[in-house]
Amino acid sequence: MSKVIIKLENDISTDDIYPGRFMATVLPTETPQFAFFDRTEFNAQLKAKAFPAGSIIVGGENFGCGSSREQACSTLKGHEVAIVAKSISRIFLQNSINLGLQVVICPTIEASEGDELEITADQVLNKNTGKAFEQVKLPAARKGIMDAGGLIPYTRARLIAKA
Amino acid sequence: MGMTVVEKILARAAGQASVKVGDVVEPQVDLAMSHENAALVINQFQEVFQGTGIEPKVWDPSRIAIIFDHRVPAESPKTATNHKKIRGFVAANGITKFHDVRGDVGGICHQILPEYGYVRPGFVVLGTDSHTTSHGALGAFSFGVGATEMASAWSLGIAVNIEVPATIKVVVKGDFPPMVGPKDLILHLIGKLTAQGANFKVLEFHGETIRKMSTSGRIAICNMSVEAGATSGIVPGDEETVRYLREEAGVTEPIPCVTPDADATYVQTVEIDVTALEPQIACPHMVDNVKPIGQVLGTKIQQIVIGSCTNGRLDDLADAAAILRGKKVAEGTRMLVFPASSKIFAKALDLGYIHDFMKAGAVVMNSGCGPCLGVHEGALGDNEVALSTTNRNFKGRMGNPTGEVYLCSPVVAAASAITGVITDPRKG
Repeated sequence: MSKVIIKLENDISTDDIYPGRFMATVLPTETPQFAFFDRTEFNAQLKAKAFPAGSIIVGGENFGCGSSREQACSTLKGHEVAIVAKSISRIFLQNSINLGLQVVICPTIEASEGDELEITADQVLNKNTGKAFEQVKLPAARKGIMDAGGLIPYTRARLIAKA
Repeated sequence: MGMTVVEKILARAAGQASVKVGDVVEPQVDLAMSHENAALVINQFQEVFQGTGIEPKVWDPSRIAIIFDHRVPAESPKTATNHKKIRGFVAANGITKFHDVRGDVGGICHQILPEYGYVRPGFVVLGTDSHTTSHGALGAFSFGVGATEMASAWSLGIAVNIEVPATIKVVVKGDFPPMVGPKDLILHLIGKLTAQGANFKVLEFHGETIRKMSTSGRIAICNMSVEAGATSGIVPGDEETVRYLREEAGVTEPIPCVTPDADATYVQTVEIDVTALEPQIACPHMVDNVKPIGQVLGTKIQQIVIGSCTNGRLDDLADAAAILRGKKVAEGTRMLVFPASSKIFAKALDLGYIHDFMKAGAVVMNSGCGPCLGVHEGALGDNEVALSTTNRNFKGRMGNPTGEVYLCSPVVAAASAITGVITDPRKG
């Protein structure tokens, strides 16, 4: 069970998650400092490690829209947060699966900041309201990548099999 | 059952007789494009090979393109060092489709790929840039991926686990009125579909308006298809595609085009008549917040931007220069122009457009992504407002979270530069 640390609006762009001016920084060890940089207070809390691993960011529709920058996923993975959103933009979803950032698509989710959520195999349970919300399954095509723990180990295994 | 263009392309590239929506395929990659973020792709690529005992070599150096455009010339030692690292990788792997920071062959990736004939109809193109959708303008299935996905393609030569996307058919008819064009059409369409209306789907463009449209205009509409969430925009190849590749890109090989079957299945059909279309403006802070120009006339503008992968081509510059010729950029407004490629820059110089811009008071910058993503030149001051021909207006996009960005066509930007407020070019 984990706490909702922030509830965000619809159409959260990758510029919001990881502003373009930090794109020269690419290493997953360095990107976390710039997460939601222009949301000054939230960025400061993330950097101060105010939230335990597994804490949840709740998004609305079209979470992660915009750029293909992978930093938008590595920066969140660095903080070990999970994303629960009503819908997720294609490239962001793909990048999250590839990097092993936990993302959950939950079209009807109702949750407020501070609520405790439990993510089960196919639902999200809001412990504060007692309501359960169905998940949309992640693309079946990507199951192999998820099972392998990300696209790098998956590709490595394919490469070895080919050699 | 008939297939859409993208279904046909994926079937061919995956070595199958046919595919249908939802099938999982692994198409061969015909072209893999990256820009400065190749620095991250290289890291991920090397990590793939770690501990395997296999020498880290890219699958086919002739199918990889790397173009420096996002931060050129380098804005920081960090970027300059990334550039240097990529140059080393390019040399070590024998990558030939490499465009460095240069005034002769440099430019923005989404202009360089068509301009040098790197993209052909029927190709599967992956790019580590969301606007890789641009290359659908040449009849290719072209989509954006992250750096790790590109590292996987560099290693295996295929796009792994691709789900065949559903296609929305967009049929456009009518002639554009004066001062209205492809940019207004795509902004109008994004407003209609919303920012996620085409998420996980392809936009396939048809109709007399598209058939009559230049490749430049088609690049603009495919470029911005991703702003409706589309995996890819695509204009099935036709006579104009072949003309462009022969005459402008110098391609001499045969150019077979892929067209959809008459009984192909579409998830949705959208019809648009442009006969009465007005200039369209995407208002802060979302690209689908689109209004006809009449609703925002008079909005004060501090920075006008003309250029980018969306609208930095020769016809865009010609249209803007024609409006600015002999006029002055308003006091209190600054205007920045960045052509989409060095070749376009040189032609605009020969044709006098650059002179027109400079005499009007505009600053002409080198080809590159410039101010579009707020990382390099042309940042906004606190609470400043920009009017730009680029493709995104998200909060903070032009380098300042308190700034505002309106998106428009080149003629709207040029007419507004003279007055300093959003101005209808039909009445200028």
